[in-house]
Amino acid sequence: MSDGALLALTLAEAREGLGRKQFSAREFAAAYNDAVEAAKPLNAYITPTPERALAMADAADERLARGEALPLDGIPIAVKDLFCTRGILTTAGSHILDGFLPPYESTVTERLWQAGAVMLGKANLDEFAMGSSSTTSWYGPVENPWRRPGDNRPLVPGGSSGGSAAAVAARAALAAIGTDTGGSIRQPASFCGIVGLKPTYGRCSRWGVVAYASSLDHPGPMGRTVRDVAVMLQAMAGHDIRDSTSARVPVPNFEAALTGDIRGMRIGIPKEYRVDGMPKEIEALWQQGVDWLRAAGAKPVEISLPMTRYALPAYYIIAPAEASSNLARYDGVRFGLRVEGESLEEMYELTRGAGFGAEVRRRVLIGTYALSAGYYDAYYLKAQQVRTLIARDFETAFGRVNCILTPTAPSAAFVIGEKTDDPIAMYLNDVFTVPANLAGLPAASVPAGLSSDGLPLGLQITGRAFDEETVLRVAGVLESAAQFRHLPSFVAEGRR
Amino acid sequence: MVLDKAAVAHIATLARIRLAEAELESLAGELSHILDWVEQLNEVDTTGVPPMASVAAASLPMREDEVTDLGCREAILGNAPQVAHGFFAVPKVVE
Repeated sequence: MSDGALLALTLAEAREGLGRKQFSAREFAAAYNDAVEAAKPLNAYITPTPERALAMADAADERLARGEALPLDGIPIAVKDLFCTRGILTTAGSHILDGFLPPYESTVTERLWQAGAVMLGKANLDEFAMGSSSTTSWYGPVENPWRRPGDNRPLVPGGSSGGSAAAVAARAALAAIGTDTGGSIRQPASFCGIVGLKPTYGRCSRWGVVAYASSLDHPGPMGRTVRDVAVMLQAMAGHDIRDSTSARVPVPNFEAALTGDIRGMRIGIPKEYRVDGMPKEIEALWQQGVDWLRAAGAKPVEISLPMTRYALPAYYIIAPAEASSNLARYDGVRFGLRVEGESLEEMYELTRGAGFGAEVRRRVLIGTYALSAGYYDAYYLKAQQVRTLIARDFETAFGRVNCILTPTAPSAAFVIGEKTDDPIAMYLNDVFTVPANLAGLPAASVPAGLSSDGLPLGLQITGRAFDEETVLRVAGVLESAAQFRHLPSFVAEGRR
Repeated sequence: MVLDKAAVAHIATLARIRLAEAELESLAGELSHILDWVEQLNEVDTTGVPPMASVAAASLPMREDEVTDLGCREAILGNAPQVAHGFFAVPKVVE
């Protein structure tokens, strides 16, 4: 098969092709290594690992030859550079982790390698996963493989898992893993025209993932189809003794959930998601989604999530508060950057002053303030109480419906450099995605259509805790109905 | 403005982040803007509502108190900017 044909396969198709020996894992990895190289202008990878990819592919070929294939044997994936990978540079997109070679492997990546997956490299991201545009990385901004027709300005891929999303969309990775603290898997999936799933909190271990906001961080899969994402999640999920918040619940067969049958299912349509200033085309796409699900035999039900508008401000207290605590470990003593000072205190201050970028500083400072004496109750406690109410909103709604349909993001991808003057304008990207993080619920974004200026838009399905099966099933129905076959200009018109 | 320059300088000291004098003014504006926006949480009546720290089960699992990893000193020190005699080394703290 030609490289182009190999790169066009979905994960499920590649699995079959490898199993039938139509091509080898090594050929496949080599084609992807070339694609990673060709995608360099997008800056989707911080550290490509082509030799590792070939070695892993060779091991997969041996197993395939012995007839002992593993579920992901020979599947080349990108790893957000927030997952620690043993002996391979792990940066979190930050200057402060200069030269960090983890002596251990994250649980999620370990499981993927044990399932036979092949690592193409470490994907670029917003610094410490703080952002919605993948422009805050110390290693430079990521470019979206999509552009508006007739407009040469580079667009953001969304964030923070923007490198992962751009790589999958540009066919420089077959699938990828990301993390989602406020929308960081789903919003870039929407911006890049791919599928992204944030599983239930506790479904995938956080062990070995560089922490941003521990009660909100969710590792999850990104891919070209709903089935691909289901296959990835299967390998990633499960209890881990090393993460005390990882759930001791059985892992179902996610692929088996893709029956396409949603007859009789009740789909919640929250009226509070009709926010001011939402583009008409997104509202229209949402309605289209409702119509698709109704046509498939589901019953749309209007629901109310009255606390929705408070999710974002609550998030912007809770996440920075947790971040200010988590990021205290970057002190120039044990790993990463050190800027020498006259005293220990001065070394800490100079190291952190030089090592953290503008957005990280902003959030650490906000978090420090919200947790400081005299302000704790007014900000942090208040936000945690509002979080309780947001979770209750969902509980009430899930008494009446099986899942909830909304847009993923209030806009399509925007031009790199836009929305940087006002932090809140950037934060509003996550208005539809943040509630599921606060409530820990599974939610997926599926590409459903194009904006008037030719960019992908996603629809989001949110489900009950530990019911990824329903989320995937409904996402699969949306995917079949939408028939999203558009390709980004980077792929359709040849590489830049 | 919720925060002035002096307040930002104090928070930065608490957070151990050295800021240039010139950055304080713009950060005071940005952080105040964010805090002003967050103030809308006060519209919500949270009387008697328990705070939620995590959606995960509240009780931590217990295990036998035994050593599960040992002998990885070299691996741990391998990333340190400065090491002496098998320890992390820092600037002198006691005169």
